[in-house]
Amino acid sequence: MSTLTVDKAGPTRNVKYGSMSRDRAWALRWSYFFLTLFAIFSLVPPFYMLITSLKGSAEISAATNPWWVFHPTLENYVGLLKSNQFLRFFFNSAMVSIIVVIITMLISIPAAFALSRMKFWGSATLATGVFLTYLIPDSLLFIPLFKMFALIGDVTGIQLINRWYVLLFIYPTLTVPFCTWIMIGYFASIPKELDEAAIIDGASWLQTLTRIFIPVALPGLIAATIFAFTVSWAQFLYPLVFTTSADQLVLPVGIVTTLIKGDVFNWGQIMTGALLGAAPPLIIYAFLMDYYIAGLTAGATKG
Amino acid sequence: MVDAAFGENAVPRPRAAARRQGLRKALRRKSTTAFLMTLPLILLILFLVVYPGIYSVHLATLNKSMQRFVGFGNFEFLFKRDTFWLVVKQSCIFAITAVVFKALIGFIVAHFVHNIPAKGQRKWRGMLLVPWVIPPAMSTLAWLWLFDPSYSAFNYTLASFGIGPIPWTGDAAWARFSVILVNVWYGAPFFMIMYLASLKSVPEQLYEAAAIDGANWWQRIWYVTLPMMRNIIAITTLFSLIVTFANFDIVRILTAGGPLDKTHIFATWAFRVGIEGSDIPLGASVSLFMVPILAVAAIFILRDVNKRGNES
Repeated sequence: MSTLTVDKAGPTRNVKYGSMSRDRAWALRWSYFFLTLFAIFSLVPPFYMLITSLKGSAEISAATNPWWVFHPTLENYVGLLKSNQFLRFFFNSAMVSIIVVIITMLISIPAAFALSRMKFWGSATLATGVFLTYLIPDSLLFIPLFKMFALIGDVTGIQLINRWYVLLFIYPTLTVPFCTWIMIGYFASIPKELDEAAIIDGASWLQTLTRIFIPVALPGLIAATIFAFTVSWAQFLYPLVFTTSADQLVLPVGIVTTLIKGDVFNWGQIMTGALLGAAPPLIIYAFLMDYYIAGLTAGATKG
Repeated sequence: MVDAAFGENAVPRPRAAARRQGLRKALRRKSTTAFLMTLPLILLILFLVVYPGIYSVHLATLNKSMQRFVGFGNFEFLFKRDTFWLVVKQSCIFAITAVVFKALIGFIVAHFVHNIPAKGQRKWRGMLLVPWVIPPAMSTLAWLWLFDPSYSAFNYTLASFGIGPIPWTGDAAWARFSVILVNVWYGAPFFMIMYLASLKSVPEQLYEAAAIDGANWWQRIWYVTLPMMRNIIAITTLFSLIVTFANFDIVRILTAGGPLDKTHIFATWAFRVGIEGSDIPLGASVSLFMVPILAVAAIFILRDVNKRGNES
């Protein structure tokens, strides 16, 4: 693959000076060479997931070349998609992620709007606070949160621990600060004249938000949505702490805790499950990569 | 209400005055509206982030059954345990090594991607960003399988070069190497994309000027690229330091802290002690040790962000 691209890309650079162009051509060849190496490094684990998912258990334990499938079979996919347990994990993951995205948007769009446009007492402090919250990792809060929700169960009798919907309360602590933060950046880039004109024409703040900010900042909103979804879908620590019953687990925890039984690793099914678990973010990313990247770069840098 | 001031009722008064009053009214209502709009966010931060944070400090001062106040007892206990110091050491080795390699690889790869014609960049960027998109719990499982002691695809490949089987996750040194390798694999794309974005914002004229002045490739990087990227490099590195230091999934799935607690970092050990060992106060104390390092990194990031905010 590398030789092919080198040949094609070599002459495309517009060339003016003899020696410089030769330097450039070489630089280009080296770039492609190293990019190929790094791409192989990046793609080995997903490729190996795919390879293994297509193997039968006999072939997995055979001493043949592990990098190739000699007898492809779909038995792992059939086995997983037929098992109610796996579908349950998938359903739980999808429910949690979709509802969390909705909650996140409902909280962070108005908040980002208020913080970026309506300067009020304490708004600067709050914006900084949002940013600081975004820096607090899940591994710092899981123990007190676990204890808090256990206490709520003890005091009110409403059992939240070991129910998948407890995650709907927890995940927004990860998604809301991030989404608010990148949306403050997007809203700040909208020209002030636009909303001032709307206010003078008699629009209320809510109308300004829904009629002007949301349409104009749509790329930012999409980026935030993708982020909220991928963060919720990939979260591992909170569901591991908060849910234990097999019917309450989300996908990552479900695969790790139920498909690995003691020392017996059913690698064919584990890799199939991992691949299916990785599929939704990968599909979203394949179609919306530019939004994803825009969100990534805006989130960590734009003020 | 605001609309009314602009509507038919306002006709008797001069239009300009009415408009001004309407605007003033709108401004007066502004702070109330703004407060209501941010209220859910404030409640979320207060009850699910700030309060648990404080509660965590309170928990850390209780005994195991959480009925007696023991002050700094948990911390004294931790200081006397060898495992704790092992965790401190491993957390630092893990976070610093991983971040350095992620930053280096990200920087190099970003340059290569920037180097090739714009037409093909999208394809390469897409392939190189895949590790970042797959949920880490899922991709770590693939790594675990690649590292498998008996059927390891890596060892099979190495054996064909005559290199003996490597105990990827069984031996302390190799296990440390493995968790760092997986973390670098997962995190390098983030650096790559951030650096690529900032590389694109460096004006081409600067390079042309440097080239005319006779600067070689190395000088161009040192005197043009690096100064222009300094802010992004600093902020990305600090942010990644926080995330890597607090990492959980990769270590948990790959080694679960083993062999002999040699690869535990703060998050995984806090989970082991607090949730699995059901000594919640001790677990809370362990995770609190992340706070000073996170706070230092956060202060630096915040300074940088505020500086940027003031400039614009």
